[in-house]
Amino acid sequence: MKRREFNFRLASITGFGVGIASGLMPISVLANWPTAAFDTETTEDAANALFGESGMIETDAITFKAPDIAENGRVVPVNINVGLNNIEEIALMVPENPAPLVSTFVMSNQSNVAVGTRIKMGKTSPLVAVVKADGKVYTASSKEIKVTIGGCGG
Amino acid sequence: MAIKCKAKMKDGMVEVKALMKHEMETGLRKDSKTGEPIPAHHITEVVCMHSGSELFRCNMGPAISKNPYLSFTVSGPNVGDTLQLSYVDNMGETDSGEAVVK
Repeated sequence: MKRREFNFRLASITGFGVGIASGLMPISVLANWPTAAFDTETTEDAANALFGESGMIETDAITFKAPDIAENGRVVPVNINVGLNNIEEIALMVPENPAPLVSTFVMSNQSNVAVGTRIKMGKTSPLVAVVKADGKVYTASSKEIKVTIGGCGG
Repeated sequence: MAIKCKAKMKDGMVEVKALMKHEMETGLRKDSKTGEPIPAHHITEVVCMHSGSELFRCNMGPAISKNPYLSFTVSGPNVGDTLQLSYVDNMGETDSGEAVVK
């Protein structure tokens, strides 16, 4: 079963169905949230849940812009540049977080994409990006970001 | 309460920047007085539409910071085009905003 189909079925049998019934959510906006990938506890599992177990290629084409030291783990600005062609999806992960998958960025065959956001980090960790481009899965990890105050509650 | 967003043409690509207002509760924190866990409440999807089709989508987990900032570059839209952004969270709340490419 393909991932999107799987998620759609999952969404329709879990609580997401309630939202549709009450007319709160536009259907087109919620069918694809990769629940299974966000529930995993390792970067490998998250990548497998998103892209299948197809082996990842290490690449230099993915670069990160992030602080060396994050004083506040609740707000860590992160930028990723992906210098590949036909990019379909970019997944951003923090291996040391309780759930490593932070977010995924989905697009249709874009090239040389830059994405940026602000993330929470529980403790000192590198960043990992997994990118699906041209039918292949690429990965890269950043240098370690030192976190002095964690941002995952507790 | 709308998504604040800007879109700017830069070297042939459109750079979109968006700022949303949202608590982004992870579900891992506990109320300091009662000790009860605070339920997760976070944005799950942000979608950027351009002339009726989906241009970009961000699936967010709870590890995105409070009041999320999102920036991305895409090719496709021209100067003067309108982009629509909208989000939906895990409790079904939505918000949206628009930006004209400059």
